[in-house]
Amino acid sequence: MKKTKQLFTLQRYFAGLVSAMTLLMAGCSNDEDVSLREKSIIYCSEGSPESFNPQTVTSGTTIDAIANQLYNRLITFNSEDNSIIPAIAKSWHVTRDGKKVTFYLRKDIRFHHTDYFTPTRNLNADDVLFSFNRILDPKNPYHQVVSGNFPYFQNVNFTGLVENIEKINDYTVRISLNYPDASFLAHLASTYSVILSKEYADQLSRTGDEKLIDQLPIGTGPYKFKEYRTGSLIRYYQHEHYWQKTNNATQVVFDITTNNSGRLAKLLAGECDIVAYPIAHKKIQEFPDVMLESVTALNVAYLGFNTAKPPFNDKKVRQAVAHAVNKQAIIDAVYFGRAEQAKSVLPQSSWAYDKTLTEHEYDPALARALLIDAGYPDGLTIDVWAMPVQRAYNPDALTMAKLIQSDLQQIGITVNIVSYEWVTFLRKLSRGEHQSVLLGWSADHPDPDNFFSPLLSCASAETGSNRAFWCNQAFDEILSEALSTTNPNQRKAFYRQAMAIVKDEIPLLPIAHSKRYQAKANYITGKSLDAFGGVNLSRVNKQIVGEQ
Amino acid sequence: MLVFTLRRLNLFVFTLFLLTVLSFSLSFMFPGDPLVNISGEVNPTPTRLAELAEIYSKDQGLISQYFTYIGNIFSGEFGVSMVTDLSLLDTILSLLPATIELSLVALFIAMVFGIPLGFIAAIKHRKNSDNVILSIAMVGYSLPVFWVGLMAIQLFSIELGWFPSAGQISPVYEIESRYGILIIDILLSESTYKWQAFSDATLHLILPASVVALAPATIFVRLARTAMLEVLETPYIRAAKAKGLSFAQVVYSHAIRNALIMIVRHIGLQFANLITIAMITEVIFSWPGIGRWLIESIYQRDYTAIQVGLLVLSSFIFVVHILSDFLYAALNPLARGKKYGS
Repeated sequence: MKKTKQLFTLQRYFAGLVSAMTLLMAGCSNDEDVSLREKSIIYCSEGSPESFNPQTVTSGTTIDAIANQLYNRLITFNSEDNSIIPAIAKSWHVTRDGKKVTFYLRKDIRFHHTDYFTPTRNLNADDVLFSFNRILDPKNPYHQVVSGNFPYFQNVNFTGLVENIEKINDYTVRISLNYPDASFLAHLASTYSVILSKEYADQLSRTGDEKLIDQLPIGTGPYKFKEYRTGSLIRYYQHEHYWQKTNNATQVVFDITTNNSGRLAKLLAGECDIVAYPIAHKKIQEFPDVMLESVTALNVAYLGFNTAKPPFNDKKVRQAVAHAVNKQAIIDAVYFGRAEQAKSVLPQSSWAYDKTLTEHEYDPALARALLIDAGYPDGLTIDVWAMPVQRAYNPDALTMAKLIQSDLQQIGITVNIVSYEWVTFLRKLSRGEHQSVLLGWSADHPDPDNFFSPLLSCASAETGSNRAFWCNQAFDEILSEALSTTNPNQRKAFYRQAMAIVKDEIPLLPIAHSKRYQAKANYITGKSLDAFGGVNLSRVNKQIVGEQ
Repeated sequence: MLVFTLRRLNLFVFTLFLLTVLSFSLSFMFPGDPLVNISGEVNPTPTRLAELAEIYSKDQGLISQYFTYIGNIFSGEFGVSMVTDLSLLDTILSLLPATIELSLVALFIAMVFGIPLGFIAAIKHRKNSDNVILSIAMVGYSLPVFWVGLMAIQLFSIELGWFPSAGQISPVYEIESRYGILIIDILLSESTYKWQAFSDATLHLILPASVVALAPATIFVRLARTAMLEVLETPYIRAAKAKGLSFAQVVYSHAIRNALIMIVRHIGLQFANLITIAMITEVIFSWPGIGRWLIESIYQRDYTAIQVGLLVLSSFIFVVHILSDFLYAALNPLARGKKYGS
């Protein structure tokens, strides 16, 4: 605390000096006792937001800055166990066939009162209808202002899933589905499904300023929009009528600092309270005034085998490779020991994770035997594609490929490492030109289906996100059965079966679940980082520095 | 004085002419369509392209295109940035004051420390203090500014925690921009936290301004020393001494004033150097000035911004040169006879 305190003391000294001068000159001082710094939270973020409405974006930087700060959803995830909990909807009911979901809304939720909008009523069913109809109805003028571009909702086929949405009364909304889908609630709880103000939309329509809905936001979240200076800062004020308990900060500022070392310097000099994606973790731990926070993000880095081509159409070869890869060495070298070794595609923090699951042990002798058994006594040569970019789940695919190369060398497999420019890489990958590939997946919400369906279902083998081109009817049936029930225990049982099949068949070898990092000054208490869906600053508090 | 003024104005107009020719020709030298380079509109529709061709007189000869360009500049039509689409005039107007603020404070620091030290060195000519001051000045002049900047952040921001490491003011303070000069804007603002903001801005300013000041200060040391030594050798000083005045009286009442006049001339010359140092310092300290913006524009190949930025910055430096020349001439009648600007 010493340094930060020094900075504050020095500022006080200056302020004192200046106030004394003013007192002499003007005979009065309007300085307040508590400094503004102590009542504000400064979050140094890594980039600028693209929009102020989560419905229209997927970039993590934008979601971090806006979603939890400005808006609420009908339902949300519990930050402890990722279960679904009430938010704007105080309760909900799903019919037995899973095709109708009724939400009962809270009555005391107020919209932001800003200099560009004054709400006259509390949130009601009309706002919920407006927010979703904007996405569902191509004729809605607000659908048109972004040319119908709602990327998350398009990815999950939201319009195909939702049959209609109706208002039962002012505080009850019913959504009917075309078919039951257990991940539907997770879509509504994800950071994308925010509730906007219909009254504000009507006001904008009257002046023909529909576009402003995504630029000058009005929501019900803990903070309200004050100003955005391109590439420089975002300023939010506290929402004084927020329906939940929030922290003591009167304003929250996102100080956009794209330079990694600049962000670190600002943290160490006490200019940022929290910084996103810190570098030099070891250095941070040497400083007593700051601390490193981490959360296991819901993602997976894997080695995918193209099961449609030799030699990986042979299960024994896949098993041989699975036993030959030393995952611990990869975790140490590529993630500097800061990732979780993956036993399945599903991370341990997922509720459907099977703790009894065993993994393919690192066993070169067994691997060698399997390879001979598969008919390759003299070894073979394979290609491993390594992606050319950094991702949260895999910071260095090339190093990972080199480690795998030396592991496989020991059992007689020669590895050629292949890489292309990212766009070319993805294009060739979706055409299935690879033999094996180092890639990964980050989940949008904690529903386990978000890991299995996009990565391993027969449908995704056609659309391209299933890089193993693996299609197993039994597995697909289990997935659809898991989606058609809402009973968590039943679903868990289904996903256990699914994981067992994947473990046996090894269309891909899960390697690691990486963590997401954030560094903060130690006068900040509370946890703002979620496993997915970004940061939530209303949960952190700033202790007044001067009193420590 | 009239001839002097006319000559300086002539120089001013001619230099500006050369600068605009250079800036204008850049749009042809940069890769891509000159029309896009000069207007900054990257993806114009065919209709808009036709409009732009008319605005910039593309269908006429080069000479009239040049005059249209000059006309646009004088009417404040600088075009838009190729990267951000924002008006370049607005951007420059919001950034230039920050650079001026930094440079002026740095110049002030350099003079306050450099000139007295130089005088002391001259008065203690060839004594220990003279040698020490000269050595320090030499070392200070030799250190590269980016290194000094980073070391200053490491020591004063991170290790000691005395000063902030980046920016012009903590983002928690909301200051309405009126004149662009932050300190003045703060003093005019009606915020409850005005004085907190003022002290915060002052703290932000001290470190970068001192870093910018280092090199000019060492130059002022040497200039002041030479000037003072020259003055001390002049007949009127000897005459004053012969009158029976003490050395201190001679220095205070005669030497300092005359030595200062000689230094004023060099302040203008130092200004270009100072701006160059300020540009690098702005990058290191994330100072929201025109230098940092220009360097970023070069990185991002924002050709329109580079053209306009160079034109504005060099004109600004030139204006300061001319002004300091006038100031010198006003203080020293002998200089008015000189025909050419320095």
